[in-house]
Amino acid sequence: MPQFNEMYQGDQTRPPYAGLEAWMKAMPADLRIQKQAEAEALFRRIGITFAVYGEGGDPDRLIPFDMFPRVFTHSEWAKLDRGIKQRARALNAFLTDVYGRGEIIRAGRIPANLVYQNEAYERAVAGFVPPKGVYSHIVGIDIVRTGPTDFFVLEDNCRTPSGVSYMLESREMMMRMFPDLFRENRIEPVDRYHEALRRTLMSVAPAKCQGEPTVVILTPGHFNSAYYEHSFLADLMGVELVEGADLFVDGEFVYMRTTEGPKRVDVIYRRIDDAFLDPLCFRPDSMLGVPGLMDVYRSGGVSICSAPGAGVADDKAVYTYVPEMIRFYLGEEPILQNVPTWKCAGEEDLKYVLDKLPELVVKEVHGSGGYGMLVGPKSSKEEIETFRHKILKDPSNYIAQPTLSLSTTPTFVEEGVAPRHVDLRPYCLVGERIELVPGGLTRVALREGSLVVNSSQGGGVKDTWVLAE
Amino acid sequence: MLLLIDHLTRYRYDAPVRGVVQSHRLTPSLHEGQQVIDWQVTVTGGIAGGSFRDGAGDVVQGWSVKGPVSEIEVRVRGKVATTDTAGVLRGHRESVAVEAYLRDTSLTEASGGLGTLARVVEGEENRLAACHALSRAVSEAVTYVPGATASHTTAAEALEAGEGVCQDHAHILCAVARANMIPARYVSGYLLADAEGKAHQAAHAWAELFIPGLGWVGFDPANECCPDDRYVRLGSGLDAREAAPIRGSARSTGAETLDVTVAVLATQQ
Amino acid sequence: MLSRTADNLYWIARYMERAETLARLLEVGARMSLLPTAQGFRNEWESILNATGQIGAFQKKYDSFAQRNIESFLFFDRDNPSSIASCITAARENGRIVRTALTGQVWDALNTAFQELRQIERTPRSQLELSRLTDWTTKHTAMLRGAIDATLLRNDGYDFLNLGFALERADATARIIDVKYYVLLPRAGVIGAGAENDQWSMLLRALNLNRAFHWAYGGELTAQKIAHFLILNPACPRALMTCGQEIDTALTHLAKLYGRETEAQHLAQGLLQGLNASSPEAIFDEGLHDFLTRFIREIAALAGAVHDSYLSGDM
Repeated sequence: MPQFNEMYQGDQTRPPYAGLEAWMKAMPADLRIQKQAEAEALFRRIGITFAVYGEGGDPDRLIPFDMFPRVFTHSEWAKLDRGIKQRARALNAFLTDVYGRGEIIRAGRIPANLVYQNEAYERAVAGFVPPKGVYSHIVGIDIVRTGPTDFFVLEDNCRTPSGVSYMLESREMMMRMFPDLFRENRIEPVDRYHEALRRTLMSVAPAKCQGEPTVVILTPGHFNSAYYEHSFLADLMGVELVEGADLFVDGEFVYMRTTEGPKRVDVIYRRIDDAFLDPLCFRPDSMLGVPGLMDVYRSGGVSICSAPGAGVADDKAVYTYVPEMIRFYLGEEPILQNVPTWKCAGEEDLKYVLDKLPELVVKEVHGSGGYGMLVGPKSSKEEIETFRHKILKDPSNYIAQPTLSLSTTPTFVEEGVAPRHVDLRPYCLVGERIELVPGGLTRVALREGSLVVNSSQGGGVKDTWVLAE
Repeated sequence: MLLLIDHLTRYRYDAPVRGVVQSHRLTPSLHEGQQVIDWQVTVTGGIAGGSFRDGAGDVVQGWSVKGPVSEIEVRVRGKVATTDTAGVLRGHRESVAVEAYLRDTSLTEASGGLGTLARVVEGEENRLAACHALSRAVSEAVTYVPGATASHTTAAEALEAGEGVCQDHAHILCAVARANMIPARYVSGYLLADAEGKAHQAAHAWAELFIPGLGWVGFDPANECCPDDRYVRLGSGLDAREAAPIRGSARSTGAETLDVTVAVLATQQ
Repeated sequence: MLSRTADNLYWIARYMERAETLARLLEVGARMSLLPTAQGFRNEWESILNATGQIGAFQKKYDSFAQRNIESFLFFDRDNPSSIASCITAARENGRIVRTALTGQVWDALNTAFQELRQIERTPRSQLELSRLTDWTTKHTAMLRGAIDATLLRNDGYDFLNLGFALERADATARIIDVKYYVLLPRAGVIGAGAENDQWSMLLRALNLNRAFHWAYGGELTAQKIAHFLILNPACPRALMTCGQEIDTALTHLAKLYGRETEAQHLAQGLLQGLNASSPEAIFDEGLHDFLTRFIREIAALAGAVHDSYLSGDM
């Protein structure tokens, strides 16, 4: 399969990487190893660690960091920027619609059962319009590239996409270790992300909020694998990082327990799942949430970001309809394409998928993190047959996509520099305005030939550059 | 009919609790079959929180009580004028899509014998007739025996036991209706006890099934009828837990005991 | 600040100070066991465990007061929530939770202690002398203190750390002095003044205060002088008086910062006034053990008031 190498086209170096060519060549192996060790020590000192889900083991594992940056030209990014914002607007319009009158369903453009019988659809939010009509305030859109101008959206993340701390820390690390690179190349900064995030969160303060809104981040606690990110963002924004037990409902409002007494909270950026938000409304056994929170939310006493129920927009089965949403709500043609997707729920699609299993990537509709998926070309006959049985047991739980030949970028490996597959997750902020910092999280599959970039499965991260005009 | 309601719920905690938060669906629904003349909810030491009408049209009212307290009383008193609409819910403003009521919960999962029971209406083209038949089948399958089941008993378990209370009847009806792709929901409310007694049914529950052309229609398998002017409707949900008139949470480690008395009387005035 | 954050900071300090106390107690015990007696060597480990208030838990798990068992229990045992290993782990975990309220240096001090602890746990016991373990512990507790004093913002977080240190130390000093009570009680009539002075001297040595004492008092070592030094002398860093003053300073600062006085301030002022009005004579009149028992109770009440007024979040 032809693979698009983002740095080289034949013998030619593509223009965005011109500035890195000399840098790479001038770096002797020992310096590279020394820098790599330096970076690791720094990461460990700051405490950026990543707990691998469900594996136990060292809770302080580092996510591998690759020093070779991934680069976009200004014009490449301009297209991504428009495409991502377009998508974020459409997804929010969709959420407003399905928790309101459901016009897109009445118009027959999306099947009703896909939305209303979806586990992520929250009846408790129906008929409620959150401040500024925004349900998903941080939209993470996973994008892959297959050619010079070919970008595909792999999936949308409308709940609480994680990883933005790696975007910021990777940049910090690069600027510390290779300041010269930033003098020689004109690279758009990403460090205003936290200001943009705070501005976004403050812009959706509830109607009953008076004066400057108090924002907090709600974490499931320090045992959570993303706890580092939660505390990192809270610290950058200068807001409190709270657990459910730090908050309580009194009358019409939510308060946090402080050493000076109760302090009112206006906006909650929650990093816990819907089911755990409020034991009175969702899972009654949840110890992570705040009893009564949903009543305060629905009566306009507090804002929750993202809104409960926002997940219905990033369901993998709903994903296939996003281009339709863009046309329906915005009257525009999608700037970024979806990956062609077969829904195993449909008989014809199912037959096709079962026929072509060795060529396809099959995913669970509700899965995430690269778990429970089949990468046909990388799997043994046995694995494929086992998966076939899983699909047949519950076809509607699966979708399939062609194996895309993900682009590669040069990556430092043991022997020197070698191409490795990458994807991209930019973080689009939606509040009173839509904002996107020029950059994102580039994940790289460090194993040769691997297409799985998830950090839980041997993926690493690298700095993502957008060159200034 | 004019119905007088007096509903008292007393929570006792074996150790003082640091605070209590509750969410109430304790206000009669706004629809053509009932008109509130007078209605009052009080919570001892309670501060009223936010109030709103949710997507299902229920009036929700939050409450919080600052601790330490060892006992809380929730008292509901009021007068409602009711008319018989033959079970049809008319003029009720709601925005949740009907299809959302095809979803199961752990309490109404169509497992065990529910599949077989659901098939009694196989081939029945008329939705209304099918609903009546399902309701009748549920009445016959489960005998009314107070105390036979608990609040966490699932529809399948109650059916298997063959005994239960109104909650079980309503759960089973919701389950078998949804198994037939009929949207169904659990409704909680009050019932004027008839002459023969069944006074403990004053706090009552039934089901509503969706019938195109009619809308939501109530079915009460426990009393083998459709709700009439003896019924006062409070709120609804996918199951008893979602439709609970009072959901609450106390900040404590101790145990809680609950004491409920409900009186529904018909009056001339 | 969040009550929970204040609570985490407070417990970082308490756990680290508790680890230090245990290290000191282990030293006292080791030194006392080197003293010759009529029967050979004395075993004072039982009194050490008495001072930690953990003798019951120890006896459930170990069958003799052998030094190795004591070391296992007080240093390594993760089942013992007050072992040095448990304390350092808990302090570091509290630190991780409030990582952003700490400076890099403070986090480094906590994290390094924890990482080194894991190495120690992997080292064969035969290579671990007790003195190496206790030195290692006191070095790291001192490093944490140093990092806090040198780098941390003087805000309410700093006050809660200091409250934790001072409350724990006040309690610990009282308990360490009380070891004397347990050691002497059964043999009170038998042992002469010389032996008693040996024990006082060892106590000072274990607390690393013997030179300071001699500079301050000189001459003969008497119970009166030592009680004055460890209880009432504000120049002694471990003295109950010093701890009382530190507690009062932190609480006064908090009251000013928050514009609100609580039960904690009142109790702290009462405690300090009591110490100011006291004298070695009065303490020995009351009985040293009774005085210390009362003091430990007052410290516990004060800690309870700090919890209720600031850390519980139920104001």
